[in-house]
Amino acid sequence: MRQRVQPGSVIDGFHVGERLHKGGTGYVYHVTAPPDADPGFPLVMKVPGLGHAQPTIGIESFEMEQMILPTLAGRWVPRFVASGDITQTPYLVMERIDGVSMARIVTRAPLPVEEVARIGASMADALHAIHVQEVIHLDLKPENFILRPSGEVALLDFGFARHARYPDLLAEERHFAAGSAAYVSPEQLNNNRSDARSDLFSLGVLLFELATGDLPFGEPKTYSGMRDRLWKAPVPPRAVNGQVPPWLQEIILHCLTHDAADRYQSAAYVAFDLRHPEQVALSPRAHRTAGAGFIAQAQRWWRSHGALAAPGQRRIGSTPRAPMIMVAVDTEHLDDERQPALQAATRDLLALRPDFRLVCVSVIRAAPLGEGGGDSDTASGRHLEHKTRLRYWVEPLNLSSSRVSLHVVEAANAADALLDLARANHVDLVVLGAPRPDQQAFGWWRSVASSVTANANCSVHVVRVRQRPARADAS
Amino acid sequence: MRIALLSDIHANVEALTACLKHAGERGADRFAFLGDMVGYGADPGAVLDIVAPYARAGAVAIKGNHDEAVARSSSYFNESAQAALELARERLGADHKRFLAELPLLIRDGRECYVHASAAMPERWDYIDSPSAAKRCVAASQATYTFCGHVHDQLLYFENQQGRMCEFRPSPGTPIPVHRHRRWVAIVGSVGQPRDRNPAAAYALFDRRLEQLTFYRVPYDALTAANSIRRSGLPESLAHRVELGI
Repeated sequence: MRQRVQPGSVIDGFHVGERLHKGGTGYVYHVTAPPDADPGFPLVMKVPGLGHAQPTIGIESFEMEQMILPTLAGRWVPRFVASGDITQTPYLVMERIDGVSMARIVTRAPLPVEEVARIGASMADALHAIHVQEVIHLDLKPENFILRPSGEVALLDFGFARHARYPDLLAEERHFAAGSAAYVSPEQLNNNRSDARSDLFSLGVLLFELATGDLPFGEPKTYSGMRDRLWKAPVPPRAVNGQVPPWLQEIILHCLTHDAADRYQSAAYVAFDLRHPEQVALSPRAHRTAGAGFIAQAQRWWRSHGALAAPGQRRIGSTPRAPMIMVAVDTEHLDDERQPALQAATRDLLALRPDFRLVCVSVIRAAPLGEGGGDSDTASGRHLEHKTRLRYWVEPLNLSSSRVSLHVVEAANAADALLDLARANHVDLVVLGAPRPDQQAFGWWRSVASSVTANANCSVHVVRVRQRPARADAS
Repeated sequence: MRIALLSDIHANVEALTACLKHAGERGADRFAFLGDMVGYGADPGAVLDIVAPYARAGAVAIKGNHDEAVARSSSYFNESAQAALELARERLGADHKRFLAELPLLIRDGRECYVHASAAMPERWDYIDSPSAAKRCVAASQATYTFCGHVHDQLLYFENQQGRMCEFRPSPGTPIPVHRHRRWVAIVGSVGQPRDRNPAAAYALFDRRLEQLTFYRVPYDALTAANSIRRSGLPESLAHRVELGI
């Protein structure tokens, strides 16, 4: 028997409080859990709108969220608590995320560049977290992000999302395949709901909006208006707001590339670039302050019609496996015999992947304060010196600068510094050298390699140089 | 209740034994054999020695086109299939032949419908190879869940809000929520003769209470099954198929 959800009612033990939100596809209420099932954090109940005036999409979208939300882990999404039988009393109870809606924040846009970068990096973190769990959001817009007091965002509403391992109930719902008009990606407009890079396009729209207060493609009211983005280049953010630095424009326009193959291939890369502006490789688009000319636009239009002729051809896996690889280089000992082995191993690993980012790190001992007089003894002098050595180390690998970044970090404990960097930058694989034979006397368990291997949250590739047999054996 | 859905065993006793063990370890307490227990493989008798007792104990057992052809030859089959059927006719005793002859074409059980090919005219052995074929099947079965075999792939069709059927290719081992307010047609794959270049046996497990369907692939001793085919004098192509899953 269907129960009516309204303030004051009790649904499966949950006491329904005030209504917080009335959205396009349903309602959100405050609820309190029964004492024996209190998860210890505040809760909301989401109920689909099922009246005659409601779109039929409401229930399918509710069902998608009911399928997907319980599979998601991590602090980037509300924790799932309970759900009701869809044929009886459909509801979803989940964690209430406290903070400020991004919808409020965009009203303050343009925001200072540092804030755009900070919020944007957190949004990219959240996207990376769901993408590695085989989920694509497909309806990114300010309303679906909440900025927590901690400065991290949470991602809401998985009603239009896609899970690679579950049937896509919205697959053939043509009119709803698209997300929100201002933010939707070109792939979604071509009825492709299985490309994680679609979320990166929408992230680009959000970054554009935060940085300029404007929308790159406006808010089209018609389907054909939405399709303009299949070929039209967005106005460069710097043309709208001169305060936007070239590196931020580079990131935004890289997200907004209409062909997904030319876009960022992983949310981790976007997060990385937003956190390391000095490492962003600038292309000519970074400096543009005017839209593309008529001829360029006409060429894009022509090309896009090739893409339209074959919708769905670009279907790829939902999670692009574009890895972030971090290599730890000991720049204090560049002549160490392990260096060529580390270089060779790195080259081999990169050769396996068509797409990757290489983060080269050198951890140097922190310089004691107030010591040294010469330039090379100052902290910045030492940094520069080691960065030069890193560049020298990576040069033989012949990689384009857009794929490599160089980092010199001062730390007392090299293993901890490497682990922190790997976690913060969504590194998928750490490559580092095993201790030298003479260092092994200290015990493997004390080495940087062992400590990183034991504590990393990703794979670790430990490179070891085989000991050469003694001359007598060789003869 | 967890129902193991096993189809297209095709006289492959090694694959059947592996799937039954796998399903047992995952709490299967009911079994449905969706037809084509014989044909192609070398051990029709051994397979029926396993299936018949399950059927007597209440398991669902459905007739497939190869099962039917043991009693009634048909020009429907290619040369190697004919050879395997001839082998079954020679080797099966009267009891086994009677068991096959008496199998029903379709069984309904509450919200579930079990059939070998399609619930729409099951005797025609039409393949469910498109959303429209799945639509015809569901229109005839009128069931929430229609479980079939015949097509050796694993596929799941579901009904959307407009009543259209949509196709989904499942990932083995992932429980898929299959809520009973919409209709589903599951093609469970072939236990004894997969053809998707993966020799692992295929079957599915339906959890009626949780409304979850999990498709599985089970690696088994395909080499032994292939060698049995070779020893029995059946065409090499049949052994090759089982070995490589082609």
